Amino acid sequence: MSLHTRSVAELAKGLAAKEFSAVELARHFLARIDASNPALNAFLTVTPERALADAARADVTRAAGQAGPLTGVPLAHKDIFCTDGVRTSCGSRMLDNFIAPYDATIVEKLHAAGTVMLGKTNMDEFAMGSSNETSWYGPVKNPWDLAKVPGGSSGGSAAAVAARLAPVATGTDTGGSIRQPAALVGISGIKPTYGRVSRYGMIAFASSLDQAGIMAPSAEDCALFLQTMSGFDPRDSTSVDSPVPNYAAELNAPMKGVRIGLVKEFFGAGLDASVGGLVQAAITQLRELGAEIVEVSCPNLPLSVPTYYVVAPAECSSNLSRFDGVRFGHRCENPKDLLDLYKRSRGEGFGAEVKRRIMTGTYVLSAGYYDAYYLKAQKVRTLISEDFKRAFAQVDLLVGPTSPTPAFGIGAKVDDPITMYLNDIYTIGANLAGLPAMSIPCGSVGDLPVGLQLIGPHFGESRLLSTAHAYQSETDFHRRIPAAYV
Amino acid sequence: MSLTRKDVEGIAHLARLEITEPQFPVYVDSLSKILSFVEQLNAADTGNAEPMAHPLEGVHQRLRPDIATSGDQHLKYQAIAPSVAAGLYVVPRVIE
Repeated sequence: MSLHTRSVAELAKGLAAKEFSAVELARHFLARIDASNPALNAFLTVTPERALADAARADVTRAAGQAGPLTGVPLAHKDIFCTDGVRTSCGSRMLDNFIAPYDATIVEKLHAAGTVMLGKTNMDEFAMGSSNETSWYGPVKNPWDLAKVPGGSSGGSAAAVAARLAPVATGTDTGGSIRQPAALVGISGIKPTYGRVSRYGMIAFASSLDQAGIMAPSAEDCALFLQTMSGFDPRDSTSVDSPVPNYAAELNAPMKGVRIGLVKEFFGAGLDASVGGLVQAAITQLRELGAEIVEVSCPNLPLSVPTYYVVAPAECSSNLSRFDGVRFGHRCENPKDLLDLYKRSRGEGFGAEVKRRIMTGTYVLSAGYYDAYYLKAQKVRTLISEDFKRAFAQVDLLVGPTSPTPAFGIGAKVDDPITMYLNDIYTIGANLAGLPAMSIPCGSVGDLPVGLQLIGPHFGESRLLSTAHAYQSETDFHRRIPAAYV
Repeated sequence: MSLTRKDVEGIAHLARLEITEPQFPVYVDSLSKILSFVEQLNAADTGNAEPMAHPLEGVHQRLRPDIATSGDQHLKYQAIAPSVAAGLYVVPRVIE
């Protein structure tokens, strides 16, 4: 069995059994990146020296008998996480020259756990996009079909894992940016509860929605990494101080008696019939595994996209005001005064979609419009959240599709923002309510993968992971690798 | 909601964004469409609903003691600045 076709859990076992060294493993993946990245554009920065140094250190740790479960496992970081001494571009011209001066908390934690950093992955600019086409560095290609998008915004992480250029990659999810690309490339991805994983050193987009998570072939892999990434961080004011369960130990929790709610609103018009069919088949399989399936309704959920496109741009317009051409990032040539410096540095540094969202946010927060747009959206957000709360009084988990369609063509939706925004119609609700959610592969339409979405109550990650694991114990969709990358 | 070119100029100024001439019609069109799209929220009966302040119930923004923890790192932080002199960030003259 070649190294890259193994799951993270299998690689960790191989390392522990000294079947191969961390240095050999790192070299294997670095060679794969060299061979395939030019076509996929999944990595923006490859860090071979850092990877080999991390790997050598991991081998020493293991030889000393001090290895942990992740020691020597290679990974890629989404280029939204600050990495000390390594460029952190956030997919933007604005930060093309930005060498981060410190590590994000999760980068620090995963480094301390002995993982090996292979590089930084491509993404939609400032995580604003659903196709990875807004990146200043060009689109990422879907490994299943190079003419298709890999989804976004964590499209580079998704493509890297799907093509097995990295066994696992970090991601962030503000409106579906882990789950939708995971679905479109056929891997597993989890967005934890808001506050579960530190956001310190993660470049902010919409602070009441942003959450870091992990993308890997299987739910078991996600559980291993989430364990290390989770936990309280005094440096993130939204980090929640509550104990982290042992996700791996709870992975085999029985399915019998688990109540799963099929969200009626997720199966309306707009859902591709073949995607709907595969999702229904997966739900049938969950029932056969012992779950009880009931239909539930979240009547305000159809309002989640318009709610999001008020709240997220509002927060982005505030967060991105820090990019002023003064302290770091892009500065225009020969500014004639301070106003010119601000306007041209930002005008040149930001791409079209980022500017569109900053302006939307500026408008909905401006005098005379705040109540009509922003306050109204925050009230609807409460209604959506209450819908979920009512649903979780009846069931343990909710289920539905992750994305309305399989991967679409590169260029197909770039000229129509609203059509692009509607890709996230099933994923945004969980962000608005701060809920944990994950996507796992449940089949393919032709070659293109389809994702099943599971949503849990706050801090319900264990049940999401164990349900996904039960499903993956009976199916092999998560083991499928595009023919060109086997 | 239909925005005019003048509206977009005003928003871009508030946001401190330079918009180039060919971009204006694109933003007039797409921002108008986005605002019309989000106006479907008006149909929602938000009656007594409180605007959401935090996604987790009963959790509020935490404060930490105002204590310096990372020491003086200005050389490291200013090494990535566009223009620095004598430990200060340099910008075009503000006061004549």
